[in-house]
Amino acid sequence: MTLAEYASGGIVTAFIFYLLALLAHSAEWATLRGVPLRDTSATALAADDDEFDPARLRSDMFGRLGIILTGLGALSQLAGVVARGVAAGRAPWGNMYEFLTAALLFAVVAYMFGVSRWGLRWLGLPMTLLLSVGNGLAVTVFYVEIAPLVPALHSVWFIIHIVAACISAAAFNLGALASIVYLVKRSAVLRAEKRSPENPTLTGIMARVPSLASIDRFAYRAHAFGFPIWTFTIAAGSIWAEYAWGRFWGWDPKETWSLVTWVVYAAYLHARATAGWKGRNAAIIAVVGIASFWFNFIGVNLLVSGLHSYAGI
Amino acid sequence: MSGTTIPETEQKGEEQKPQKDRPQDPGLSPMESLRWLWTQLTSMRTALVLLFLVALAAIPGSLIPQRSVTPIRVQDFQRDHPTLNKLYEPLGMYDVYSSPWFSAIYLLLFLSLLGCIIPRIRVYLRAVKTPPPRIPSRLTRLPESRTGQLKPGLAATEALEKATEVLKRKRFRVAASEGSAKQGDWRGLSAERGYLREFGNLLFHLSLVGVLIGVAWNNLYSYKGTAMVVEGRGFSNVITQYDEFRAGPMVNTDELPPFSLKLKRFFAEFEKGPVQRGAARLFRAEVTATSKDKTEDTAIEVNHPLTIGQDKVHVIGHGYAAHVTIKDGKGNLAFQGPVIFLPQDGNLTSMGVIKAPDARPKQLAFEGLFLPTAVVDQRGPHSTFPDAANPELFLNVWSGPPRQETGRPENVYVLNKAGLSQVTNESGGPVAIRLKPGTGYKLPDGQGSISFDGWSRWAKLQISHAPGLPVAFTSLALGTLGLCLSLFIRPRRLWVRLREDGQVEVAGLDRADSRSGLPEDVEELLATLAGESPDQRPEPPDPEPVATEGEKR
Repeated sequence: MTLAEYASGGIVTAFIFYLLALLAHSAEWATLRGVPLRDTSATALAADDDEFDPARLRSDMFGRLGIILTGLGALSQLAGVVARGVAAGRAPWGNMYEFLTAALLFAVVAYMFGVSRWGLRWLGLPMTLLLSVGNGLAVTVFYVEIAPLVPALHSVWFIIHIVAACISAAAFNLGALASIVYLVKRSAVLRAEKRSPENPTLTGIMARVPSLASIDRFAYRAHAFGFPIWTFTIAAGSIWAEYAWGRFWGWDPKETWSLVTWVVYAAYLHARATAGWKGRNAAIIAVVGIASFWFNFIGVNLLVSGLHSYAGI
Repeated sequence: MSGTTIPETEQKGEEQKPQKDRPQDPGLSPMESLRWLWTQLTSMRTALVLLFLVALAAIPGSLIPQRSVTPIRVQDFQRDHPTLNKLYEPLGMYDVYSSPWFSAIYLLLFLSLLGCIIPRIRVYLRAVKTPPPRIPSRLTRLPESRTGQLKPGLAATEALEKATEVLKRKRFRVAASEGSAKQGDWRGLSAERGYLREFGNLLFHLSLVGVLIGVAWNNLYSYKGTAMVVEGRGFSNVITQYDEFRAGPMVNTDELPPFSLKLKRFFAEFEKGPVQRGAARLFRAEVTATSKDKTEDTAIEVNHPLTIGQDKVHVIGHGYAAHVTIKDGKGNLAFQGPVIFLPQDGNLTSMGVIKAPDARPKQLAFEGLFLPTAVVDQRGPHSTFPDAANPELFLNVWSGPPRQETGRPENVYVLNKAGLSQVTNESGGPVAIRLKPGTGYKLPDGQGSISFDGWSRWAKLQISHAPGLPVAFTSLALGTLGLCLSLFIRPRRLWVRLREDGQVEVAGLDRADSRSGLPEDVEELLATLAGESPDQRPEPPDPEPVATEGEKR
């Protein structure tokens, strides 16, 4: 086997691990279906603590399994991306396949860091879904053989611009997933309040993910972290374009959609500070933002022709 | 910027006005209407709506071909979609980014931004000049507060000095105060940090205006043009030498910076392997650049433009030129030299026109293809690889009586066939010439001959002068810096109160999206002042609407 084949193998292996992790997290959520929170304060008995609920323990086991599988997937992905770079003799993000696998690597690393640091396991199901779909698309639809770069990419900005794009992609994706969980939990809360206005109680996984305020805060932090880096990505791209193409901004579809994405995230940050737009509306804007981000990556490359299309796709 | 007790998130604070405050009385004076309009325009809601509008308005330009990006695709689109065109043309859909409606949206957005930012600059300057806010009367009501007893043997003055020292080390601004309450006299400290947050916020928004000014300035004073230069030929920076030229209204096009270039050689390399066959791998133009004070041999590559004074020279295209010799019916030389053929596809199937208006008795003209790697199949003649592996010329011939010299400029890439007729062979079909380098062709009826002497490459040079870019890019850099400050700086207020009876109160408040560290700050401050004491930390209010906190996981 050549190094290039090992590289592809790494990505395929990662895909399989993510798929298994997705199953584990699905089981984690499913085993808690309808299970209410146990409350120690009601009985003052330690055995009544939610921690010792058998359903909860079973779910927890699946959750841990999901994390381990995601971790193995991340390692395979790392190996795959690094091997691809070594085999190509350059940074491994010269086409759609490579960019997608590299960006997902950044995302999974950020997620694993978040799991260990801030207990982000409540994002397990949506995150492994994203990773599976992303890596699946990369392996099946976008795969291309290793080839050298076109002259326009021979630049130090190739590293700066794209690494910045990957980091902000990781932040925006985590933020958007949190915003989706926020919306789901919010509607669960509203339903619970409708059911019994005096004593609204949540059951299942939604009772065990962090509070709406904490989810919202995490989503905000992820976006607030990503936004300056995305700004920098566009600025760096503009400087690079001046060197490579002799113009700093040409309304190329990719440039236009980067700006659209930027403006949507700017709206998100403003919305969070505006009465009547906090919470639900801000979360919806975050979802619009990630849709725009993904369209900029996939839609613009496949549907619209522009300067940012390399290597066939 | 209200509220010392409400942890206000940030940004424009005046939004809480209920809708019914809107004046609906028709008897509004013009001044009042204007003020009302201004208030509406500078509100955060309007800013949000304008942001969405900018995003929406930018989208059609990415889906519909734009004149400024691909003029040829605009023409194709107009031809293929005549009905849509009737709608698009008046809406300016082919020039979205310079259309009145797009400009209106972003100018309104910038106006709204300025209307919001300028008053906030005033507020900010005032806030910077005033000392940290007075101590709230009930510190225990703040999100984070602790009480204790002053360490035995620690005098009040000394204690406050120590606390000041701790706060200063954490980069707080500190102000001392004293007063009296029911419980007796007290002395205390107010401390605040994180002024840079609002500074960054203002800097960011002003930088956006800076970018706009930089770009506008650039539009006034910049010029940009292209010239196709064949290997061995030169270019001088005067307007007549340009193929395309665009300049801002403030540019004196008669006095462009004097310099000249000679294209010595142009190297192009393409992928020969099976993966991405034909993709570009290297473009390199070797030039001799002569400016006022020096002449130097240098090279231009894709990411390495040549800088001459304030001008930049990029290579933005390349192609092939066929060297031909045309003799007329009398045997005289009618034309000799390289003729530029324009690429039509990625494999550089190129089209061109060779004109010999001086040929006699009849003028001659040739129209056809230059194929760097020629193949003829059911698609007809075309090129299968961008490098010149098997170059061939495919030409048709036209002839006609000499034309009156009009002095009117003529497109060298288009053959005006008025007054010309296609040269035919004995069987009446059009003459189709296929030439390899070094071969020639005699036209029927002694009308003359053409020979294909060889080929060379040409490079499309772009000369640009963009004096507004440093302003725009500096603004961008400052804006990014300001953005980081405005998102990552954590403004915090801390208060310390020492009562006569030795009770120590410490409390704090985060003024922007609460971050970690506030309890630690309060704790540390208390520890410097108070000894061992029972913990009297009140539980913070639970913001959760449902009583199912699940943060234990």
